[in-house]
Amino acid sequence: MPFQSTTGDYQTKRTLETFGFLPPMTQEEIFDQIAYIIAQGWTPGIEHIHPSKAMNHYWTMWKLPFFGVTDLAQVVSELEACHRSYPDHHVRVTGYDNYTQSQGSCFVVFEGRG
Amino acid sequence: MSVKTYDAGVKEYRAMYWTPDYVPLDTDLLACFKCTGQPGVPREEVAAAVAAESSTGTWSTVWSELLTDLEFYKGRAYRIEDVPGDKESFYAFIAYPIDLFEEGSVVNVLTSLVGNVFGFKALRHLRLEDIRFPIAYVKTCMGPPSGIQVERDKLNKYGRPLLGATIKPKLGLSAKNYGRAVYECLRGGLDLTKDDENVNSQPFMRWQNRFEFVAEAVSAAQAETGERKGHYLNVTAADPEQMYERAEFAKELGQPIIMHDFLTGGFTANTGLAKWCRKNGMLLHIHRAMHAVIDRHPKHGIHFRVLAKCLRLSGGDHLHTGTVVGKLEGDRGSTLGFVDLLRESFIPEDRARGIFFDQDWGSMPGVFAVASGGIHVWHMPALVTIFGDDSVLQFGGGTQGHPWGNAAGAAANRVALEACVKARNEGRELEKEAREIMTGAAKHSPELAIAMETWKEIKFEFETVDKLDVG
Repeated sequence: MPFQSTTGDYQTKRTLETFGFLPPMTQEEIFDQIAYIIAQGWTPGIEHIHPSKAMNHYWTMWKLPFFGVTDLAQVVSELEACHRSYPDHHVRVTGYDNYTQSQGSCFVVFEGRG
Repeated sequence: MSVKTYDAGVKEYRAMYWTPDYVPLDTDLLACFKCTGQPGVPREEVAAAVAAESSTGTWSTVWSELLTDLEFYKGRAYRIEDVPGDKESFYAFIAYPIDLFEEGSVVNVLTSLVGNVFGFKALRHLRLEDIRFPIAYVKTCMGPPSGIQVERDKLNKYGRPLLGATIKPKLGLSAKNYGRAVYECLRGGLDLTKDDENVNSQPFMRWQNRFEFVAEAVSAAQAETGERKGHYLNVTAADPEQMYERAEFAKELGQPIIMHDFLTGGFTANTGLAKWCRKNGMLLHIHRAMHAVIDRHPKHGIHFRVLAKCLRLSGGDHLHTGTVVGKLEGDRGSTLGFVDLLRESFIPEDRARGIFFDQDWGSMPGVFAVASGGIHVWHMPALVTIFGDDSVLQFGGGTQGHPWGNAAGAAANRVALEACVKARNEGRELEKEAREIMTGAAKHSPELAIAMETWKEIKFEFETVDKLDVG
């Protein structure tokens, strides 16, 4: 984490909302969070964008949200496919909650080098 | 054909207002009062007196009663229950016909239900414990200007509680120094900062100056962090005209959220401001100064769950609920009860949490529960467990008291919050594994490590004064 210093100086860090203050997650930790989204009954969705536009509300969707998909491996392989196609983009996973008509969760999985 | 004749004089209330066979209608507004009568007055008489004095009755029969049908309009005491573990008090359940109240007016409901009756001589104490607002009445109120989901969408905060802080010292900073404190908190990782409730427009910091400096702080923090931020600009003022003037200026400055103190400002002002917010796309944070005067005594006043329901009807997107774990009063079960009443769309009766009636809110938006007051990083696992995602956790001293300053304090809290959410999602038990989760997170964050060291000894363990009634 580049913004930390034991001397007490604190630099501002660009972050990407939820989980932006944690060290990069391991593959297994990412799987756990996606499994949580699926277990809540939410629909996983994948979005990507160039880092210069990260503050936009709307990022480009990678295919449609994965309605009815409860297979963790399928979501992970789509995430990887998105990352391969747009290696310099941020890629985030969203859990669409159709009861609240909002997102139950949303976090960035791959950070673009921008 | 008229069948009644006028019979002047004083009658016992129970003759007309105690109706144990009555089955409440779906459209009735129901209330539960905890009554403590004067010695020697029968319970039924006390309950009937409360029903009468809070609806159509007065102490003496009057001839003009016969010009209407009081059977249609009267409140009815329909049930009496013991209060567990308390021999001198009892619960009285009263049903009020919906036509007793003006549509969309919690002001009118409260004027009837907690009006003259609270000073009634036959009572030693009286406490309004709960109100069931029928869905027919709920539909006449606008409610929260935005609500939880719209606020999440606007601020782009998903899957976790929001993180905030009240700017300290609460009084005496100049506008520019105050804006500095806001900027430091927000750039460090908080989502929201807040004007303390007593910050209005004093000589040391006039509101225009505060709004301008804070607006710059919010924009700078947003631009530098890449995250969406806000500061609750307090528009509570001496009169409605000034309140709206301040709200308009906050909007002009492009700010996302303003705040109001709903009890000291009053429900009329609050409902008006909530409607203004709906119209202008602004979020509304609600403070609750004066609530403990009204809700803390276990036998007299109004329980906070009633004030919380009234606020949801009057309108607000955030409401303070206490923390359970911090420096201010709050029983856990009872707090969880009114947190549900703020956020959910249907809340079933649950006496273990002090909820006396089913409450159906229909499509009325939910209100974020705000936990604030004497909390610090060590409380994070308990707060995430108790309040869940739809809450705002506010660490004032716990952010700005950090040895390296506000930004580092904010980061410490944000790291702790995200570590707890991540662990919860992984299926770990936050409260049991608190030490392990926090220590693990601190390995990657010197800010969190030093915060944990700073506040490790602080506890606020006093007995709650207002406990739920259990045997």
